[in-house]
Amino acid sequence: MPGQMRTVASTITNENGFYLVSGVSSARRMLGIYVVMTVTLSGVSKKFGAVRAVDGVDLEIRSGEFFSMLGPSGSGKTTVLRLIAGFEEPTTGTVQLAGRDVTRLPPFDRDVNTVFQDYALFPHLSVRQNVEYGLRVKRVAKAERISRAEQALATVHLEGFANRSPAALSGGQRQRVALARALVNRPSVLLLDEPLGALDLKLRLEMQSELKQIQREARITFVFVTHDQDEALTMSDRVAVFNAGRIEQVGTPAEVYERPATPFVAGFVGTSNLVEGETAAKILGSHGSYSVRPEKIRILPPGTAARGDEVAAPGRIADVVYAGAQTRFLVDLEAGGRLTALRQNRDEDGDEALRHRGAGVVLAWRRTHTVELTQAN
Amino acid sequence: MHRSPVRRLAGALHRRPGLRLTALLSAPMAWLVLAYLGSLGVLLLSAFWTTNDFTSQVEYVWNTDNFANILSDPVYRTVALRTLGIAVGVTVVDGALALPMAFYMARVARPRSRRLLLVAVTAPLWAGYLVKAYAWWVMLSHGGVLDWAVGTPGFGVPAVVITLSYLWLPYMVLPLYAAFAQLPDSVLDASADLGARPWRTFRSVVLPLVKPALIAGSIFTFSLSLGDYLTVQIVGGTTQMLGNVIASDVTLNLPMAAAVSCVPVLLIVGYLLAVRRTGAWENL
Repeated sequence: MPGQMRTVASTITNENGFYLVSGVSSARRMLGIYVVMTVTLSGVSKKFGAVRAVDGVDLEIRSGEFFSMLGPSGSGKTTVLRLIAGFEEPTTGTVQLAGRDVTRLPPFDRDVNTVFQDYALFPHLSVRQNVEYGLRVKRVAKAERISRAEQALATVHLEGFANRSPAALSGGQRQRVALARALVNRPSVLLLDEPLGALDLKLRLEMQSELKQIQREARITFVFVTHDQDEALTMSDRVAVFNAGRIEQVGTPAEVYERPATPFVAGFVGTSNLVEGETAAKILGSHGSYSVRPEKIRILPPGTAARGDEVAAPGRIADVVYAGAQTRFLVDLEAGGRLTALRQNRDEDGDEALRHRGAGVVLAWRRTHTVELTQAN
Repeated sequence: MHRSPVRRLAGALHRRPGLRLTALLSAPMAWLVLAYLGSLGVLLLSAFWTTNDFTSQVEYVWNTDNFANILSDPVYRTVALRTLGIAVGVTVVDGALALPMAFYMARVARPRSRRLLLVAVTAPLWAGYLVKAYAWWVMLSHGGVLDWAVGTPGFGVPAVVITLSYLWLPYMVLPLYAAFAQLPDSVLDASADLGARPWRTFRSVVLPLVKPALIAGSIFTFSLSLGDYLTVQIVGGTTQMLGNVIASDVTLNLPMAAAVSCVPVLLIVGYLLAVRRTGAWENL
């Protein structure tokens, strides 16, 4: 059965440009837009004892996309990944892979592979044996096994390391072996559980672009769990923002960043200014909760009139934080509340920027950059 | 600034790691060399002496008659092979019992029952050796509990294997328990993720990873069984093991006893070399 599923799935995603219509909503079908849903979660909850780790999650992941699940630790994103992999069974709800209900299937019967946070390499096997493990289990013929393993190791630039023991590798190399071990099975979906979390910054940036490239070339659906918002924004086609076991928002990186749906998303993805209550009424003319990104705010001399499409708010610079490439200005508004404005240090150096402390200013930003937030339920 | 002598000493030791190590290890090393290796050396030496047949006095004449005797006398050979067979049997029985027990304790049982099981496994270690051996004598005797339940094998080699397996089981369970407990969940998840069913994961991942612990346990059960001579006296009927031969020779023919006791030592050394080699093979 799994073998059969694999052929079908690869037909869908790779070769023929022929789409299996499954898990596609009837509305989309009527419009003639066939988007293949590789992973579909419907009303999924998972309780560990009294703790609800995942609380009513609905999720559709499209075939071939780089999908990130972003959230703080304990937000349920890793549990959702483990539910897709089959390591956990949901308390309620269903999990579908390529239109097939796999809710009760064990991991070894699912056409997905996982890259684990701690890599989970087999310490008693060599790099080659680690990569070949999945093929061996599926009784792939020896010649094919060897060539596929070599190809997978080449993909992750570890050609010369086949006979090493995992213990003799650096963290970044282990990470690549884990990736090769998963990719060699040509899964329809690759699950990655914070795979770059243990790497230092430089290596992490390198691996980010490599992962992205591998995903584009192999045309495999990537489901990527991370708590790093930069990582999620730069790598993903779409991002789901998790909080307390629920999904707060799903969208493209630009949508999630520019139009955060809830106060949580506004605060977690990037930094944000929250304008609400009386302050919002005075500046924007209506009560409610609004978000403004610090880099959207212009700092003008006092008394300057804002442009027609802008909102203006006079205030005084309470503090200046110099951060190398940028400077953050913390401004106390006359209307009450404090906003952070971010400015590139293009024309000023640090000392000059710091001298603005205490100065009166007018803050201005485009009306369209004010995003109304809905309170999460 | 004034520094107390103790601080100066601490400073000196801090700067000289060699001195620190010498101070730390000289006493235990002396004990090891004198008491342990020294007695082994004396044992080996005395095996090459001989005994006056009439007076039973040890004569310090250098010869290899004792070893020639052991090799030529079929009685010694039979006893040595029987002892080896019992030690292997005990090791196999303990391995077969301890693997599922330790697996259940470490990975299936809830924390509360895990603690109870650990206590249950180690509890026999607190009781005296003779008490346990005689308890088995009672159970194995005709009309005893075992006879009444499933039938007793009577006193003999099977009874010895059963009793020794019971005695040494904790030494097999505890290292295996530690090994199972240390297995990372993610490695087992990874195996299932790559398509392996539970039995395949056990064979290809779990067993190789607990193998060092299995070997460590088997070194205990094997060597403890080789050296035993009390259990076989209690539940072995007329069965003799190397330990009995040594015990009976000790008073009358000390050099012969020394020569015989070299046999289990050699067997254990051979076993240690063998498991070291298989370990080396695996890691190639």
